[in-house]
Amino acid sequence: MRFIDEFRDRELAKALIEKIRQTSKRPVQLMEVCGTHTVSIFRYGIRGVLPEHIKLLSGPGCPVCVTPNRDIDLAIALSRQRDVILVIFGDMVRVPGSSSNLLREKAEGRDIRIVYSPLEALKIASEHPDRKVVFFAIGFETTSPTIAVTVERAREQRISNLFFLNSQKVVPPAIRALLQSKRLNVDGFILPGHVSTIIGTKPYQFIATEFRRPAVVTGFEPLDILQGIWMLVRQVEENRADVEIQYRRVVREDGNPLAKNKLKEIYEEADGHWRGLGTIPGSGYRFREPYRAMDARTFNVDVEPSKEHPECRCGEVLQGVTTPLECRLFKVVCHPENPIGPCMVSIEGTCFTYYKYQ
Amino acid sequence: MGEDKILLAHGSGGKLSHDLIESLFVPPLTNRFLEPLDDSARITNHRGSIAFSTDSYVVQPIFFPGGDIGRLAVCGTVNDLSMIGAVPAYLSLSFILEEGFLIENLKRIVSSIHETAEQAGVSIVTGDTKVVEHGAADQLFINTAGMGWIKAGIHLSGANAKPGDKIILSGTLGDHEIAILSRREGFEFEGELKSDCAPLNGLVQEMLEVCPSIRCMRDPTRGGLATTLNEIATKSNVGMVIEEEKIPVRESVKGICELLGLDPLYLANEGKLIAICPPDDTERLMEVLRNHPLGQNGEIIGTVIDEHPRKVTLRTWIGGHRILDMLTGTQYPRIC
Amino acid sequence: MCLGIPVKVVEIEKNTAKVDVGGALREIALDLCPDVSVGEYVLLHSGFAIQKLDEEEAKETLDLLRQLAEVS
Repeated sequence: MRFIDEFRDRELAKALIEKIRQTSKRPVQLMEVCGTHTVSIFRYGIRGVLPEHIKLLSGPGCPVCVTPNRDIDLAIALSRQRDVILVIFGDMVRVPGSSSNLLREKAEGRDIRIVYSPLEALKIASEHPDRKVVFFAIGFETTSPTIAVTVERAREQRISNLFFLNSQKVVPPAIRALLQSKRLNVDGFILPGHVSTIIGTKPYQFIATEFRRPAVVTGFEPLDILQGIWMLVRQVEENRADVEIQYRRVVREDGNPLAKNKLKEIYEEADGHWRGLGTIPGSGYRFREPYRAMDARTFNVDVEPSKEHPECRCGEVLQGVTTPLECRLFKVVCHPENPIGPCMVSIEGTCFTYYKYQ
Repeated sequence: MGEDKILLAHGSGGKLSHDLIESLFVPPLTNRFLEPLDDSARITNHRGSIAFSTDSYVVQPIFFPGGDIGRLAVCGTVNDLSMIGAVPAYLSLSFILEEGFLIENLKRIVSSIHETAEQAGVSIVTGDTKVVEHGAADQLFINTAGMGWIKAGIHLSGANAKPGDKIILSGTLGDHEIAILSRREGFEFEGELKSDCAPLNGLVQEMLEVCPSIRCMRDPTRGGLATTLNEIATKSNVGMVIEEEKIPVRESVKGICELLGLDPLYLANEGKLIAICPPDDTERLMEVLRNHPLGQNGEIIGTVIDEHPRKVTLRTWIGGHRILDMLTGTQYPRIC
Repeated sequence: MCLGIPVKVVEIEKNTAKVDVGGALREIALDLCPDVSVGEYVLLHSGFAIQKLDEEEAKETLDLLRQLAEVS
């Protein structure tokens, strides 16, 4: 496939790996904050081909993993209303809430539908005017504009039975929160290629200017990741701290202005609740006034009080402070058939990838 | 196994399915014919060997590009018998029909069963029909059971793989499952996607003719190639290494997998086989595949080794390595 | 983050496009990336084109990597 296969070339990969070896002398810890990077790194076996002194850490880049229990519990409560059709991305299906998950609820007969695009939720709403269709909106800035367009279209088409449970997150404030944490030991960031397609590079400048760390916006094919790592170690060796773009075929400095405007029209900044990182101001979305009637959080439902397993260390794993290997539950009690925390459920979850690929 | 209720994942062919079989079905029922848990049972007495197998079909949608539930019902059992080296001969056919199911659709399915049985050279010799109330079944369920003859000297088993053996795959992965998915609401794709559903007995017999010492054959259905290889690796107590760049996948299937976050190594196939063979026989077998319509995209995808027994590893596009585990749960399309 | 792949635009009608995913075709929304022509490549995510692919940049990236390979 064009623009994919060329970036998997084995010979070029070998050459890049050699270049990384030649360039990188100092031990470095590089963090990626994008679940798709976590998966790609494991999928292509990238850790195994890098020199020992380059360590790759996984951060809170999986929007599934960082969704707090209380949002899952609320989604479950909404699905239990007889007139509600809950529409979700496949990613959310097995994420554990406090006592159940959406797959189990589906097995018990709740009307829960899995879609690929939020526009499907619009279609379902127009086909079922007598039901309330609630879309469980999760994702980062890559997905949020697609949801914003869906909201807009619903309004234009006067569809009044479509609602949204807004649980999307915004990435740069989370990176700031990580950098402010004293526990974090990171020398550079592999920045999310597709989030950056929307937001460009400006929102990341603080990483270089305030925190003096290099950061490279990286794509997802093996050559992209290797080139991104090479650009980072080169900056480290040259004592530079800049935000660079590796994924030039898709990411522009100013991102996608049209998409950014759509977001601004529909949403305003709000607190974001991240599993593991806690509440981060400005890292979530809330509907602007004209759209508040579509907010599913206004529904009157009984939600169970949220609780998380006391020994689940997903929070620390998400911050890159602990690896799954250091969690007492890992593999012993917590495994893909019986996930205790979301990091084991999501294919991009750090714990799942460690379990599957190591 | 901590579940108190059956989950969908118990039927997906992955780890939970295996656990269910090993912990709930096998202990009370086991006997020497059941114990190997190959695709078919091999029943031997002083008169010779027969293979006996059964399978149930619950696929949705019942009509899909490249086939339907009827065709699947014949191919599934014919292939299970073939994988143990048998020549499939007789099938039973059982229907469970939902009240309200259109007779016209039933006619279409029976016609498809007839065509496929002819293609495979098997006869339907006995059957049964039940009707349940509307809502108690999803349109219809089919069960087929089959019998076939195993020639003397043919001894295929999942426990036979030896270090040094080569692993052959007969063609492209994921065609069936992606064709089914493309007909589901919300995932509509048009174009050349078609299920690979086909009876493999003809190909299998040609391969055995040329190489009677094939160790083992399996068709990678639910759970995909990765799960099937793990089953063999475990039974034979060997390791395996597979080359990612050798694995044939159609461009359209590859594209959809990349888009939806699905891994072709775990997708179901209904017209493909894996053969484990002694290294010296590899070329002759590849020759047979190349000359057979169902083996066109066949490849030698890996080797059986003695390192890391019971584990299958993959050498990636860029020369890295990762472990290929069994399917855990079900793959759902993702956006992240 | 987020799965997205480059796909080729084969047909456009108002704000919808038909794209080629390795031979399979699918309809996608162009609301976020309206300025495309047939034959161009876009990045597809969640049923939408979210950016146009810059073929020049893609070529330059590969050229750079090939140069690195020669020098090594």
